[in-house]
Amino acid sequence: MPSDPLVARHVLEFPGGYTRTTGPVIGRFLTELRARRLVGVRTAEGRVLVPPLEYDPATGDPVTGEYVEVGPAGTVTASAWVREPRAAHPLDRPFAWALIRLDGADTALVHAVDAGDPRAVPPGTRVWPVWKDAPTGQITDIAYFAPEVTKIVSPVRAEYRLRAGGALRVFLEGVARGVFLGGRCARCDQVYVPYRTSCPECGGRIGEPVELPGTGVITTFAINNLPDPRAPEVPFVSAYVLLDGADIPMIALIGDVPAHEVRQGMRVRAVWVPEEERTPSMANVRWFAPTGEPDMELS
Amino acid sequence: MNRCAVIGVGQTRYTTKRRDVSIAGLVREAALRALEDAGLTFKDIDAVVVGKAPDLFEGVMMPESYLADALGAAGKPVTRVHTAGSVGGSTALVGASLIQGGVHDRVLVVAFEKQSESNATWALSTHLPFSASLVVGAGGYFAPHIREYMRRSGAPAHIGTLVAVKDRLNALKNPYAHLRIPGIDQAMVESTPMLWEPIRYLETCPSSDGACALVLASEDKVTGTPAWVHGAAMRSEPIFRAGRDTVSPQAGKDCAADVYRQAGVCDPRRDIDVAEVYVPFSWYEPMWLENLGFAAEGEGWKLTESGATALDGDIPWNASGGVLSSNPIGASGLIRFAEAALQVRGMAGEHQVDGARLALGHAYGGGAQFFAMWIVGRERP
Ligand SMILES: [Zn+2]
Repeated sequence: MPSDPLVARHVLEFPGGYTRTTGPVIGRFLTELRARRLVGVRTAEGRVLVPPLEYDPATGDPVTGEYVEVGPAGTVTASAWVREPRAAHPLDRPFAWALIRLDGADTALVHAVDAGDPRAVPPGTRVWPVWKDAPTGQITDIAYFAPEVTKIVSPVRAEYRLRAGGALRVFLEGVARGVFLGGRCARCDQVYVPYRTSCPECGGRIGEPVELPGTGVITTFAINNLPDPRAPEVPFVSAYVLLDGADIPMIALIGDVPAHEVRQGMRVRAVWVPEEERTPSMANVRWFAPTGEPDMELS
Repeated sequence: MNRCAVIGVGQTRYTTKRRDVSIAGLVREAALRALEDAGLTFKDIDAVVVGKAPDLFEGVMMPESYLADALGAAGKPVTRVHTAGSVGGSTALVGASLIQGGVHDRVLVVAFEKQSESNATWALSTHLPFSASLVVGAGGYFAPHIREYMRRSGAPAHIGTLVAVKDRLNALKNPYAHLRIPGIDQAMVESTPMLWEPIRYLETCPSSDGACALVLASEDKVTGTPAWVHGAAMRSEPIFRAGRDTVSPQAGKDCAADVYRQAGVCDPRRDIDVAEVYVPFSWYEPMWLENLGFAAEGEGWKLTESGATALDGDIPWNASGGVLSSNPIGASGLIRFAEAALQVRGMAGEHQVDGARLALGHAYGGGAQFFAMWIVGRERP
């Protein structure tokens, strides 16, 4: 952007900053603050001013020499939300300027409240000071106030190493070749897919795997409209597909057809990903798609 | 077998978020209310049974250990029960068995869930390697079975909305219920989106924080108003089994037959006065009406449609508002059992079914593969 020769930057900053004498009352407050204590001063009328003042604004009289420990917690009496903090602000994220009446005080002090959300600082909110690491005797020794701790984040993570062994390995090796492997129970004659070595119905042994065709029938299904980052794009159809020759359905995604045209009894066939993309995983099956054959009668 | 009675019931007000209490504070609230109802204190309790859905829901592993202090259980036997969604029911049955078997005289039974600290859909959809990613949660799992019920029975599409309205109207009479939707009607239910077609938003249960507790006692130790256990049964079946009927599971039929036999029930619709049945999706009312023998196969929806299961019908189902109105998962089954007890004790308040003498409490879980039921009565069996 071309600069305008008639626009100039002008900074007014006293070198090193002004020095300021605190006087005994403010000095006591800041000295206590450096020791991470909060004090107010009592007026002749008995009120406790926080932050302290040298002269009681109500009467013009000097305040008494009595310092009263207050806080450290306080109650928000009013607040204003700062959506876009500026460079000189105490926080670099959105925060609230709040009037905080510390416990034991009769007046409120202004400070920042790190609340995350403007709805989190209604009048009445209880807040506690969060101190700077190395206090020096400034009001900014309190980095900010924060609402009371009412919940914590508790990370839970368990990491496993899963080895596909036994029956699952046999099944996945089939899937890697583009075939579904099942097995027939020697006792009750039912055909299970994926392949397994014992029958969940009768406990009978299941022998050698048998190849099942990639075709079958949708017995029933749901149309999922709730989005989830881990799931296919909605709406998607999750269906029970009974492969031809199997006695138990598999849950599978249905594709190549609008969700509302899926029917119970519809004939479908597995659509496999291209051979070069295949891994020993069910991700090899992109989805099941209608074959175009007439629907099957369901019992 | 020794006789067993429910002598105390405690519930928390079910709600989306109980931010004011820890899990321990939540279960203690229910436990203290149950003890107060029984006129007892923790000192009077011999053993504690804690029920809870999968630990992965809140990520607190073996919460029963952590909860022992809150339940006054230090130095006492504590048992944890977990049978997925049916766990609340199974927990009551494990507690009852400790009394019936003569092991203990007074048992505190507690179940809970703090869904606001958890994500059930995430916990139920942990994708194992080598499988396809089809995150569907509980609704996605049950929707196909509801569709199949609709096909087989030929039930008209509005039956689900009838149940959704009926149970929420009942909830307005239950001070503990979570969902309170004044003016709820069919049009409101039908205007909500299909989440997992054929299940609409208002045809599903809410996510609740809550706990429920019972005090069970042997015959000698009964105090206050007892609800006597007339029958108790659990059954389960494998989720992957050739020929498994997912619409009307055999385990549910077997469990019902067992509990009816124990209680001397020949015709459940005639002999039972009120039923609290685990209906997390509205269509499960007609499905369970058939599975539990209240109606013939394919006829359950007609019972719903006729109004028989309404609060003023001849066999009220879920007078409390049911799971459709409050669902702290681990506690949901125990709430069914507790509400059945409240009915026969005549202590159900505004949703009391007049003259209820025999009540069924029912819970199911997993892929409709775990079942727990009890029948409680006003009279000693
Ligand atoms: Zn077999």
